[in-house]
Amino acid sequence: MGCDKKRSTRGARRILFLSAVSAVSALIVVDAQPPTPQGRGGGRGQITSPRNAYPDRPPADPAAVERGRALYSVNCAFCHGQDTRGGDSGPSLLRSGIVLDDQHGELMAPVIQNGRTDRGMPKFAMSTEQIADIAAFVHTFRAAGYDESRNKPPSILVGDAKAGEQFFNGKCASCHSPTSDLKGIATKISDEKILQQTWLMPGSGGGRGGGPVRPPAPTAVVTLPTGERVEGTIERLDDFTIALVTADGSHRSFRTDGTNIKVDVKDPLQQHRELLRSYTDKDIHNVTAFLVTLK
Amino acid sequence: MRFKAFFVVFVLSCVSWLSAASSGLDPASLLKPLSDDWPSYSGDYTGRRYSALKQIDQSNVKHLSLAWVSKLAGGAGAPNPNALPPPFGPPPTSVGGEGKGDVVVAGQTTIKGSILEVNDILYVTAPDNVWALDAHDGHELWHYFWKTKGGTHIGNRGAAMWGNYLFFVTPDDYFVSIDARTGKERWHKEAASFQQQYFLTSAPMTIGNHIIVGTGNDLDSPGYLTSYDPETGAQQWRFYTTPQNAGDPGLDTWKNLDAARHGGGHPWLPGVYDPEQHLYIFGTGNPTPAYTSQVRGEGDNLFTCAIVAVNVDTGKMQWYYQTSPHDTHDWDSAQTPILIDSDFRGSGPRRMVLTASRNGYYFTLDRVSGERLVTSKFSDTVNWAKPDLNPRGQPVRDPSKDHDIAGALVSSANGGATNWPPPAFSPDTGLFYVPLSESFAMYYLTETDERGAMGLGGKEEIGVGSLGNYIIAIDPKTGKTVWRHKFRSVGNTRGASGLLTTAGKLLFGGDVSGNFVAFDPANGNPLWHTQLGQVTNAPETFLVDGRQYVLVAAGDTLYAFTINN
Repeated sequence: MGCDKKRSTRGARRILFLSAVSAVSALIVVDAQPPTPQGRGGGRGQITSPRNAYPDRPPADPAAVERGRALYSVNCAFCHGQDTRGGDSGPSLLRSGIVLDDQHGELMAPVIQNGRTDRGMPKFAMSTEQIADIAAFVHTFRAAGYDESRNKPPSILVGDAKAGEQFFNGKCASCHSPTSDLKGIATKISDEKILQQTWLMPGSGGGRGGGPVRPPAPTAVVTLPTGERVEGTIERLDDFTIALVTADGSHRSFRTDGTNIKVDVKDPLQQHRELLRSYTDKDIHNVTAFLVTLK
Repeated sequence: MRFKAFFVVFVLSCVSWLSAASSGLDPASLLKPLSDDWPSYSGDYTGRRYSALKQIDQSNVKHLSLAWVSKLAGGAGAPNPNALPPPFGPPPTSVGGEGKGDVVVAGQTTIKGSILEVNDILYVTAPDNVWALDAHDGHELWHYFWKTKGGTHIGNRGAAMWGNYLFFVTPDDYFVSIDARTGKERWHKEAASFQQQYFLTSAPMTIGNHIIVGTGNDLDSPGYLTSYDPETGAQQWRFYTTPQNAGDPGLDTWKNLDAARHGGGHPWLPGVYDPEQHLYIFGTGNPTPAYTSQVRGEGDNLFTCAIVAVNVDTGKMQWYYQTSPHDTHDWDSAQTPILIDSDFRGSGPRRMVLTASRNGYYFTLDRVSGERLVTSKFSDTVNWAKPDLNPRGQPVRDPSKDHDIAGALVSSANGGATNWPPPAFSPDTGLFYVPLSESFAMYYLTETDERGAMGLGGKEEIGVGSLGNYIIAIDPKTGKTVWRHKFRSVGNTRGASGLLTTAGKLLFGGDVSGNFVAFDPANGNPLWHTQLGQVTNAPETFLVDGRQYVLVAAGDTLYAFTINN
């Protein structure tokens, strides 16, 4: 959704650029920190993002959770999975509306005691106390819409280094060299995913703060009607104005619309941007496989 | 305030004003084309955001200047800094809500929705907050604050009005009615389950005796619309956007009933209304889980990512058209569509509905039958679909561009080619205007459990760059882009704001650099601008004392412009 649903870059942990149009942009902007363990809203903290907008359940009696774990393991896990995320024959309980709305087994009890014979779930002759224990155990699993993963994913290194080198020589070597600017790049950036992001678009390496490489800033040459040329790094640029910081550190700004002022922008990442239209994913994976050899 | 209102009687028509003043907003007035007031989310039921006002036009827009500024303060504390001093100032903030008052929401108050303007009073919302302001000068008349239990505080799209009642929704899932004259709460109703992590952001819609509210949720819960009675808040009907029971239509497009019942499809933006057919027409959000879609099966996952028409009296679906079968990128089709009536390629008058979808595809549909008339790709970079449309005119997803453990380079980034900021349509030019963002991101699959992740989980999306932000104009008869205005900028910027167009032959919107701009709708050339900081809602226009104003929000501040003679 885009809540602002909502919803943008919703769910993206590392957002390198933010779109105001995205549904959740404002929340993601402030989502610079992981949720604090004690503070997922709900009366104990500050809501800074969709990730911590809903309160955790209050901790249950550990003895009840242990009793529930044993009962669940014997009676429920075969169909619903040891982790309540579902199995071959039973749905995930973690996203079940009944389980989510349930507090102490009061909503789960009728389902457990009566079964759902139309859907293949048998009845269980359990007491409400036993079901309260099962509920306490089931409620220890946190339902979250933004989990990236619970298991460490496999390596992203799947490409062919030789093919990557060939691609590099064709498309990248006019600006970059494995023996000069990229020498030891895989040592400097040891995380393969960050390396991949960084060569695709320097500065987008992921992680807080935009990655390990700070790309050079865009510059511009402004030519005034008098012929004067002002060169500097761009501080601000829109349809109407350009503001520069010149080599001596001074600020110069010009209104450009409706004038004869000429603006020539040099974006050092322009080639990186243009290449985005033409890569195949295989090209990308191959180049990464090649660059990781530059230790 | 009363004195000023009294004065207005002489300026406007006595009879119509008095009747309106005594009963607030007559729902029948919402059927009128957008002109003097702005009484609903889109101003009128067509969603065009085209105002008949033309005091401000191409010849004088260069003289448009500030009439007033009003900075809003949310929460239970300080009143609007624009408030008049005692004894003339606003009454104390009215406080409601089911929270204990101990949940703090980070970030400043941001206006991201429509502002109602009715009888010279503005009704403004942000999450948990509603204000009434005098449209003459922006001073605060009252403020209502809702103590929240929590929930995703991403934005609030505005209030709805019926008589003297206002309606709005909260992030912790309540549907609240307040008295528009006093800001005092009338009642509130639980509209969705907070425990299931619903959150409500949409502006309710007033249609006759119905107040229609849509849901939001980023877990795995089904989307629905609920229609409420404006007097009592009693539920009239509820329409789920995914199948909920055996035998429901669309169930065969899901792996099983459990998948459908957790399938998302949230209608999180207001729709539009065709009074002749009694059809409420709206868009639905992404299916869930959004990325790890195997648990949804291989089917289309109806009726997510679709334009859907329901009968406003019964809540029964009349037709649907899915703009993203089996979406895998959280690209909603929830955007507010636009209704137009005109000739279509010589086939005679046709009732149509237009939408530019977050997935980068534009559609013209026949709104009587739901038949698709036009599909086009309005972003040059979008690469998630195969080159050819299917026989129904839908884009066909390329599964290799869903995501990949090693990363798939996909356009657009998650924010989409466009998003909630509303488009506009001008009958003068016959063009559909929409903000466009062209961007790429790497989509990494991180969830290797075949049971998948919940909601928006299971992937990591890392942006790699923007290739530009635009306002574009699309011809609904061909789907072709007639002009594109690319915003000059460097680096990665936010997209443009929602849009407003007027009979003064103007198109208003915020650019990507904090300018509020009036464009020529014929070609996208800027005609006037002012620097406010990032515009955060779509501009609006209305008359106060017979004078045209243009109103826009940037963060927590409203700016009203007029021709100051």
